Amino acid sequence: MFYREAGDFKTSYVADNQTFPIKFDRYRYYAVLAVAFGIIPFIINDYWANALLLPFLIYAIAAIGLNILVGYCGQVSLGTGGFMAVGAYACYKLMTAFPDVSMFIHVLIAGAITAVVGVLFGLPSLRIKGFYLAVATLAAQFFLVWLFNRVPWFYNYSASGQINSPERDVFGIIITGPNAPAWATYLFCLIFLTFSAVVARNLTRGVTGRSWMAIRDMDIAAEIIGVNPLKAKMTAFAVSSFFIGISGALFFALYLGAVEVGEVFGIQKSFTVLFMVIIGGLGSIFGSFAGAAFLVLLPVVLKVVGADMLGWPTDIVAHLQLVIVGALIIIFLIMEPHGLAQLWRVAKEKLRLWPFPH
Amino acid sequence: MKIKLATVALGALMAAGPAMADLVFPSLSYRTGPYAAGGIPFADGYADYFTLLNERDGGIGGAMTRVLECETGYNTEKGVECYESTKGEGALVYQPLSTGITYQLIPKTTADNIPMHTMGYGRTSAKNGKVFSHTFNYPANYWDGASGAINYLLDANGGDINGKKVALVYHNSAYGKEPIRTLEELSKKHGFDLKTLPVDHPGQEQKSQWLQIRRERPDYVIMWGWGVMNQVAIQEAANIRFPMENFIGVWWSGAQHDVLPAGMAADGYKAITFHAVGDDFPVFDDIQKYVVDTGKAAGAGDQIGTVLYNRGVYAAMLAAEAARTAQEIHGTADITPGMMRDGMEALEITQARMVELGMPNFGPELKVSCENHGGNAMVGVSQWDAAAKEWNLISDFAPTDGDIINALIAEDSGAYAAENGIEERCN
Repeated sequence: MFYREAGDFKTSYVADNQTFPIKFDRYRYYAVLAVAFGIIPFIINDYWANALLLPFLIYAIAAIGLNILVGYCGQVSLGTGGFMAVGAYACYKLMTAFPDVSMFIHVLIAGAITAVVGVLFGLPSLRIKGFYLAVATLAAQFFLVWLFNRVPWFYNYSASGQINSPERDVFGIIITGPNAPAWATYLFCLIFLTFSAVVARNLTRGVTGRSWMAIRDMDIAAEIIGVNPLKAKMTAFAVSSFFIGISGALFFALYLGAVEVGEVFGIQKSFTVLFMVIIGGLGSIFGSFAGAAFLVLLPVVLKVVGADMLGWPTDIVAHLQLVIVGALIIIFLIMEPHGLAQLWRVAKEKLRLWPFPH
Repeated sequence: MKIKLATVALGALMAAGPAMADLVFPSLSYRTGPYAAGGIPFADGYADYFTLLNERDGGIGGAMTRVLECETGYNTEKGVECYESTKGEGALVYQPLSTGITYQLIPKTTADNIPMHTMGYGRTSAKNGKVFSHTFNYPANYWDGASGAINYLLDANGGDINGKKVALVYHNSAYGKEPIRTLEELSKKHGFDLKTLPVDHPGQEQKSQWLQIRRERPDYVIMWGWGVMNQVAIQEAANIRFPMENFIGVWWSGAQHDVLPAGMAADGYKAITFHAVGDDFPVFDDIQKYVVDTGKAAGAGDQIGTVLYNRGVYAAMLAAEAARTAQEIHGTADITPGMMRDGMEALEITQARMVELGMPNFGPELKVSCENHGGNAMVGVSQWDAAAKEWNLISDFAPTDGDIINALIAEDSGAYAAENGIEERCN
């Protein structure tokens, strides 16, 4: 009744080609943007920002990045943690070397540096595929973590090997460090997430995205019909690493504030982001959001319900959390292998027919 | 917008504020994960001491205490969540028991005006109170530990370790890397040869490191380990028949659960410590009577007298004494985190006070000041007796090499102050 194409007339090609052709979808998208930009910054507090929203926004950027590589281009990567570390350390070096430059520029350059590193480690993908590529990216993960642990230049020769984000601002508003207001850090991440999602969405709808998907579906056939595998794979690695680098920079500078590479950007991080992409839905921008929300919010919700509301011992809650999240992942993968995004698609199909299904 | 935001923040603060005037001591514990073996006894000791104060004395200065536990799993992301969720409840002092979380919380607690106590861990240069206004690491820090170990070796060798080979096996993290600087300086000063061997998190895989030790045959091995890494290292040392009396751990590598798995092979293993070991203190009888026997213990009640339980009790005692000092300074029982900070800065623990508390000779005497947040830097050495299954102090608490450590602290805290634009206090 509400969700339908009928009656929504398009009079130009531009209108016909827009991201959300269905009116209901379009308004929902505007409503989400309005709430995210116009309402949440006014009601946010430190707890909501640091415990829930920042990790969600930042993981969503990482998941979009990885989804481009794994979901759209079909190149399995286990190096996400390492690439996030590149973004974080690049951002740290830039922040300390050029304190007067705006954080926007630092984060974007950190993303660009990560893109270069990503392309470098993506080169083997021209020769190897599938599990073998996964192993090659795994090597990138371990190499990068080792590098940042080993070379003191990356952490400015500090005694402990930790990097700390100093106080930096954007247009006079403090963005990093302990005195940054919650709404500012939230908005900063939100701007990057919106930017990433819009860019990713439009890239995947266009020529670039179609060549990625052609490579994913069958690389030999794609090559025969004229898709350049070198260009397609390298752009996928570059764009994916760019987003992952941005998320790594934000993760360090805005969310954690102090980072130790082995603990924060270890192999665990690569798997977390990969789980987000798989649970959310491979090859779907919405899926990246859903997966990030699922894996960030669920543990916190379980903790709040178990430890704070029911008053159970914290260790039991922590163990239950592992059991429940693990079980839910398995259940989801069995019931809906295409992830949360597919659930959403099915819901939309149902909505289209409602209230008169055949 | 700013005013509106401030109003909203204030509203949220008031809504989240505590209904009762309790003294809230958050405990960012970890009872799960690869570091739980050390996290559980510490958290139990910390909680049990405050329960004892409530049950026996009716709190501190008439105000009841409340321990707010939050599970971090030694994970920095969960640490952030725990900090944000507990700080609104009037948390008086944070003790994260993790160097990684400490680094994150140093700027945050300073901005929120909440003190943090990192006893024997965290950022060593926080000892310089001129730069780190809200971070305290009395009674001893990592560099004291490193210097204490070398001092012990000097004693054992009649004051000369020139040309000896010393290997450092360390957890490859901020925690494990902390002592390297000091050991390098000490090796220049005393002429010993330092070799560093990193072990990656969580530390179950150490074959290659110990193979290297077997090949290079260092005279002494110092270890900076935590969690499961300790047991594995001690077992590996036993496997290559490294003489245990030449193997010295820092205080985080010297608890019962670290040495028990290796059985008799661990006999003679040593660890640096900054507080007493064993359960022969009146305070433990009180804990048994008021807390364990009444079923109010945080854990199973079987950890009393173990090294890390003692450390938890010690940490809680220092926090409680600081709260008492703050109550005296400000003349109110219901103190705020800011008042607590003043109390910690004015804290003085004398031998007489420790006797009153039922903990005679539990730790060295202590006096904190505005400039010195790190205490008097006195450390001792304990040794494991595998037959009797107990740790014994084999040296007195002795001062560490202040010349080297203070210079390094000034350098590191100076760099932090420059990086973050902090002006020196206490002038």
